[in-house]
This record gives sequence, C-alpha cells and structure tokens, in this order.
Amino acid sequence: MPSVAMTVNGKAVSGEVETRTLLVHFLRENLRLTGTHVGCDTSQCGACVVHVNGKAVKSCTMLAVQAEGAQVTTVEGLTQDGKLHPVQAAFKEHHGLQCGFCTPGMIMTAVDMIRRIPDLDEKTIRAELEGNLCRCTGYQNIVKAIEAASKEMKGARA
Amino acid sequence: MTASIIGTSVRRKEDHRFITGQGRYTDDINRPGQAHAYFLRSPHAHAKIKSIDTAAAKAAKGVVGIFTGADIAADKLGPLTCGWMVTSKDGSPMKMGAHPVLAGDRVRYVGDHIAIVIAETHAQAKDAAELIAVDYEELPAVVDPAHAADAGAAQLHPEAPRNTIYQWELGNKPETEAAFKKAATKVSLNLTNNRLIPNAMEPRAAIGEYDDGTGGYTLYVTSQNPHVARLVISAFIGLAPEHKLRVVAPDVGGGFGSKIFIYAEEVVCTWAAKKVKRPVKWAAERSESFLSDAHGRDHITHAELALDADARILGLHVKTTANLGAYMSTFSSSVPTYLYGTLLSGQYNIPAIHVEVDAVYTNTAPVDAYRGAGRPEATFVIERIVEEAARQLKLDPVEFRRKNFVRTFPHQTPVIMAYDIGDYDASLDAAMKLANAKDFPARRAEAKARGKLRGLGYSTYIEACGLAPSAAVGSLGAGVGLWESAEVRVTPTGSVEVFTGAHSHGQGHETTFAQVVAGRLGIPLENVEIIHGDTNSVQFGMGTYGSRAAVGLTAVSRALDKIEAKAKKIAAHVLEASAADIVFENGEFKVAGTDRKLAFHEVALNAYVAHKFPTSEIEPGLKEGAFHDPTNFTFPAGCHICEVEIDPETGVTKVVNFTAVDDFGNVINPMVVEGQVHGGVAQGIGQALLEHGVYDKESGQLITGSYMDYTMPRADDLPTYKLGFTVTPCPSNPLGMKGCGEAGAIASPAAVINAVTDALGVKEFDMPATPQRVWATINRNRAAAE
Repeated sequence: MPSVAMTVNGKAVSGEVETRTLLVHFLRENLRLTGTHVGCDTSQCGACVVHVNGKAVKSCTMLAVQAEGAQVTTVEGLTQDGKLHPVQAAFKEHHGLQCGFCTPGMIMTAVDMIRRIPDLDEKTIRAELEGNLCRCTGYQNIVKAIEAASKEMKGARA
Repeated sequence: MTASIIGTSVRRKEDHRFITGQGRYTDDINRPGQAHAYFLRSPHAHAKIKSIDTAAAKAAKGVVGIFTGADIAADKLGPLTCGWMVTSKDGSPMKMGAHPVLAGDRVRYVGDHIAIVIAETHAQAKDAAELIAVDYEELPAVVDPAHAADAGAAQLHPEAPRNTIYQWELGNKPETEAAFKKAATKVSLNLTNNRLIPNAMEPRAAIGEYDDGTGGYTLYVTSQNPHVARLVISAFIGLAPEHKLRVVAPDVGGGFGSKIFIYAEEVVCTWAAKKVKRPVKWAAERSESFLSDAHGRDHITHAELALDADARILGLHVKTTANLGAYMSTFSSSVPTYLYGTLLSGQYNIPAIHVEVDAVYTNTAPVDAYRGAGRPEATFVIERIVEEAARQLKLDPVEFRRKNFVRTFPHQTPVIMAYDIGDYDASLDAAMKLANAKDFPARRAEAKARGKLRGLGYSTYIEACGLAPSAAVGSLGAGVGLWESAEVRVTPTGSVEVFTGAHSHGQGHETTFAQVVAGRLGIPLENVEIIHGDTNSVQFGMGTYGSRAAVGLTAVSRALDKIEAKAKKIAAHVLEASAADIVFENGEFKVAGTDRKLAFHEVALNAYVAHKFPTSEIEPGLKEGAFHDPTNFTFPAGCHICEVEIDPETGVTKVVNFTAVDDFGNVINPMVVEGQVHGGVAQGIGQALLEHGVYDKESGQLITGSYMDYTMPRADDLPTYKLGFTVTPCPSNPLGMKGCGEAGAIASPAAVINAVTDALGVKEFDMPATPQRVWATINRNRAAAE
C-alpha cells in the first residue's frame, strides 16, 4: 500500500492507504477527523467539503494520494485558540443548522465563498451553494448566516 | 432566569458540537475490533432465488463472514413486521406478506437484501459481494399501483391475493351518496401524490455488538425511536430479550420519518456480531439509501365534492389507491388510512365524507411515513378540490373557503377528528396581508407584459399532531401506545438532568426542552442537560415523529410538577413553615408574607443531605418521573400562499413569493419553530416542483437512484419565505403547544400546484411541475387553441 503524507489542520500527518482510498476516508478513518461527512456517492451533496491548499474541495472527489504534500483544513481546524471562526459563530447565531450533518461542508464552502467574493448578496450566495445539499433548513438561515459572516469579516478587514 | 425564557429565541445548546465537527453520528463511532459490512442486494424487481453460491466470496481477501437468508432461518430470526392493524371494510384483517431480514427464496424489489458480507474493510466487503453467485429466475414485476390489483398481474405475496393488502373505508357512505344526489354542483378531480425519497442527509448506519461476558447486545443506529427499535427487535424479531439489548441512537442527521422504521440491516448487523464475535459496522452509501430507505406518499386519487346552490359543501367522496411497495414497513398501514382519511375535512364544515383506500403491493421499495405522513396527501386532496370548486363556480377561492370554514369549536368532523380550537380566518387574513394578495392582479399583468405567466395558490390547511391518545390509537389498530415519558433528576448542587423518550435529530430538543425546565425552575439554561437516545439511560419512550415533542414536553412538565411539590415539602421543613405557606417563584421557595426563602439549589442540597426533614415521611433525593398520555390530538392549522411565475418558453416555474402563516399554539422557541417551517416548506416545494421517485414501469428498476437523477431542492430553487404566526393556545396540554414539525410539508404542495394551475389555466396537473411537463402542457394548450 502506498503511503501518503500531508499537513492537516497545521499538523504533519502520514498513513498507509489503498490507492483507491478517497481523501475523505483518509480523514475520517485514518485520522479519525469525523467532522467531515459522507452524504452521497456522486459528489453532489457537499457534506465532505474541506480546504486543500486554501480552496474548497469535495474530499470525496479526490484520492488521498492526490493530496500528497498538500495543506488540508477540515472543520476541526477552523476554530483558532478556542475561538469560533466568524462563519461558525454566524451559523449558530442565525440558526443555520438543524441536524448538523451538512453543516461542516456548508461552513467550509461558506469560508471559501467569502474569501473569493468580496460582496456577497443573497442571490450570489444561493447560486454559490449549488454544490451543497441541506434537507433540514430550507437554506434560508444558511444564506442569512453566510451573508452576516461575510459582512462581519469585511468589517474586520476594513 | 425566569419563566420568560419560554417563548424566546434562545440560541441552540447543541450547535457547538456540530459547527466544530464534534457531532457524533453513528458512522463516526468506531468500536474496538469492528469489522465492516456490505449488503448484497437484488438487482431484479421480482425474482426467484434458485441458489446462492458464496464459496468464492468467502475465500476473498479480508472476509470475516457471509450470511444469507438460510442462516437467518436456521436461527429462527423473525421477520420485520408492521405494527398497525388495519381492517378492511368487509371486516377482514389486512393481508401482510412475510418480510424476512435477508431474502428467502424470493426477492421483491431492486435493493432487497440477500446477504451480509463482513470483512476487515468496507471496500473488501464490497469486493467480495461481487463474487457471490446468485442464480435468479426473473419474474414479471408489478410496478404501477393502478394496475397492481388487475387480474393476471404478477403476485407478490401468497397471503395477499391480487396484491391487495386492505380495502379500507371511513365516514358515512349513504349520507355521502345522499349529499351528491341533492347537490347543485359536483366537482371532480384526479390527483397523483408523487412518490418521494426522504433523503435525510445522513445515510442510515448501524453498528451491532455482542458481549459474550454478559450475553448482551448493543446496537448503535440512526433511529428516531431507539426504544421502539429495541422493543420490535426483541419482541417480534426475537433477537434478544429486551433487557439484553441496548439501543443507542446518537446524533442523527435528519430523519423526516425514514428513521422511525426497523430495517433489516440493523437487525442483521446485530445478529451477525455474535456470529463473527466482533462488532459489525454498516453505513449506507447514498445509492443504498435511494434503494432501501422507506419511500413516501405514492397515492392515486379520485375525489368528488358536492355543493349546494349557495356554494356550501354538502359532501366529499375520495377514492385512493396507496402503493405500499414490496413489503409492509413498520407503520405503513396507518399512513394512507388513519393519518389520511381523518384529515380530509380540512378547515371546512363538511356534513358527509366517505373515503375508500385500497393499499397494494408493488415491486418497489416499501413506502411508509415521510414528513407529514398521510396529512400532506389529505391536504393535497381537499385544498386542490376546494380551489377547483371555486374556479368551477367562478368564485373567489378565498371567499369560497370562508363560506365553508369551521368557526365553532369543538368541531366534530365525520372522520373521527374533533377539532379543539382554531381561528382559520385569522391565519388567512394575516397570510393575505403578508403576501400582498390584493395587488396580485397588478403583478400578474406586469408579468404578462414581460411574456411570463403568474399564478397565485392558497392552501388553508389543518393537520393533527401530538400523536396521540393511546386508547384512541389502540382502538384504531395501533400496536403501541403513544404516550411519552420523562424523568427529571435534580443533582445535589441543583443542576438538572432530564431523561426523555423523545429523540432529537435536528429539532433542537436539547435547547427547547431545557428552556421549559429552566423557565419553570428559575435556573440558568446551562444548568439543564437533556439526555435522550439511549435505552440504557432513558427507561422507555416512543421517540420523535408527528411533532410528538409536544407530548414529550408535557411529560417533562408533569415531572416538574412533582419536583416542585416535593421541593416545597422539603423547603417547608428547612424554613420551619407549613408546606401550604410555601410559594415557588423565580427559582425561590418562600414562606408567603415573610422574607424567609431558599434558592432552588439550596432545596436540592437539603433534599440529598436529608438532615432537616423526617425521612420517614419524605424520601431523600429529588427525582421524579412522569408518563404523559395526551387527551386529544393537537390541530395546527394555517394558511400558505404561493405565487409562481412561469416562463412559457422554457417551462421553468419559479416560486417568486411564498407566505406561511401558522397557528402552532404557544411556541417555546420562535427561532427553532421558524426553522422547522423553512425546512418543511422546502420539502413541500421540492415535492411540488422537483422531486419524484420513478421506477421503470416494465423492469422495476429505480430510475431516480442518485442525486444525479432525483432532484433535491437546492438553495437557488427556493425563495426567502415570509412567515407569520397566529396563536390559539392548545387546550389539551398545559403549555398550549400544537407542534410545528410537519406543517410546512403538509400545506405547501397544494399551494404551489394551485398557483401553477392558476398560471396555466388548467384543471389538473401532476406533481412535480418540472419544466418539461409545464412546457408540454403549455404547448399542448397552444396547439389545441390553434
């Protein structure tokens, strides 16, 4: 079995994997980082979104060996020094989650979205959420949370 | 902290673990030494199994064990069962075919379980499954429920001739026939309630474990009701005595009904754990969820309404064929009967109703409760035909509804239900105002100028929640009582643990239940812990579905009554006063008319040190339980208004405005309630515009077997909803709640389709209103006009 090494949430990690092992399974099974979820098998639902070298990626569409040497951030790596990331805080404040299963993927997508697009409005957020499914919230409060976090983070940068 | 915390939008206690990736769902749990399971499933809709050869698979790398239906039969493991007995109109009991947890000599739908393959890894189990050689003799499949009972159709179960499970009726046939005889106007409508696939975002999963030392089994499972799972697996399937089976439902990623039921995989994993002497873990791939989760809806209905010359409803006749799939799932029989026929009176005075339901087997996945369960189907029938009646009579649909509204309570319908309270005009008025309905004609004209078609649709719905008085459901065939339990344990330092039989899988019980306790006892929210989902912690409970949390919360409230009563007695001794003089307010026990008082935590400590009261009269400690059986259903009701705009060139229907005004009685946490409405409406719009579980009519293959083919609502398919609330407090529980979990999914499909048919100027339109169907209808009408 090939071995693979990468940096996950700032820590150097390595492991033996089958060549067919997906990045999401490496994270969940080898590293026991179970915050990243598997909600489908066709790369549609987005529950598995993580950041690879700073970009949002569905970790079910990538082989673990493809992430060799990469910087990977999962939802567990968002909280810094015990302080919630503004997107995490906004999801709580605006009730952007119910069962919580899609939430890690939604949050990781949202962080990337806010980084890429400086002026997010409702229409853009809804379009950008194309790759993430939620069955509980009807998306309304997810959209609200992302809009609020975007504004707050912009304020913090200014 | 005072009672005022009840009714406020407290942020959720459970959120922290979910937003930081620390939720603990079944698939996140790993047991020492666990092996992984994969289920070999039938690729055929209907076939005889002539032989199964597992030799090559057993020799494959990593394989720990492979078991088939023969092994299940050898261990005399009982079949899955349906727990609600429905009786046909001829008095005969429903005809249930056997549902073995692994197939015997026959498979009856694509996805039917044939073998469990257990290996060191999931990938190895899956690889080995491909090496199992099954010799099938394919049989003709029955797919279309409309023809399942036809003479000559293939038969699924020997127990059910003509694939008919029951022919049920409710209401009064002669009175309804008489109503139609004297009717000035008759309205008829054909309706299809499309099959839906629930698709909770967390796929089902199970880990079975056997402890040889104690002889006890543990099952971790994605369940909405772990105690019911334990009861069924013990008493009906016979896997283990109830006290030797622990069922844990940890964080559960959405249910919507689909995780109420007892499924084959969880039973087989638990049973196999003893066979292979290792924990056995199974997590469904999404494709397996599509194939094997219980689906929802799937009705074909013909409805007729009789009206007098003054447009008052005289009678309603409904004839429905309900597709229950290849086997009867846990509660499937109740959905198209007692959860459906009983709600057909809607918000209206209807003197005579007669409903007939034929339930049939087909070679498709089992169908059972999905968000709303029977009530969305009933609302779709009554709200579509009421709208159509107004159109036929050329009356304003709002005025037609008002003419027929129930306005005096209690109101006994001809179909069992006794509505206790409501104000249907109030929710209709509020919704019309929020939707700015009066300016709709101007918006329609403006859209027309842009070449677009606008339509407006109403749904003034009622539903029944808080299931349900045990004796009442028992008399209707339920195999269980539908009370709920709660135990409140106060610690010596005055914090509180609440053990509830309700289960939270997104509803936010850890917050809303805590609000009730904190508000009542005057203690901080942080000092209250809600414990649920483990049969080792909670004595018994019926779980969460049908907005049953209202029942669970009443049980908590009753246990708190007992806590307060005992605490008062203890406080009286400590304060050297008479118990009758002790008042409890704002978290303090006071001697009335004095400044002598004790905080709640001081009484708690006294209860446990037991120094200052006679333990011969008062037992030490502070712990009370309650079993609450509701006295009636609760009746949430309201008005949803949908405005659509259709592009005739593409057939794309856009929901441009959606307004929901609901009367849920008193509300514990408005933020959580609004979230429930958002999600429910999204599922309802999904049903009306996007979602459809489709099987190939000949082969019985599931055509919509992934997110590539089954259209889930996405963020840009949905509008921002306008919500409003009216309140008539429920008289049958002390908190005045009615329940809010299903209303969105119940009310909205009719509102959407009423809007679509209004925009298109057509009478009937089958859900989902996909662009292809809408475009075809527009062009058919154009061609007919030319």
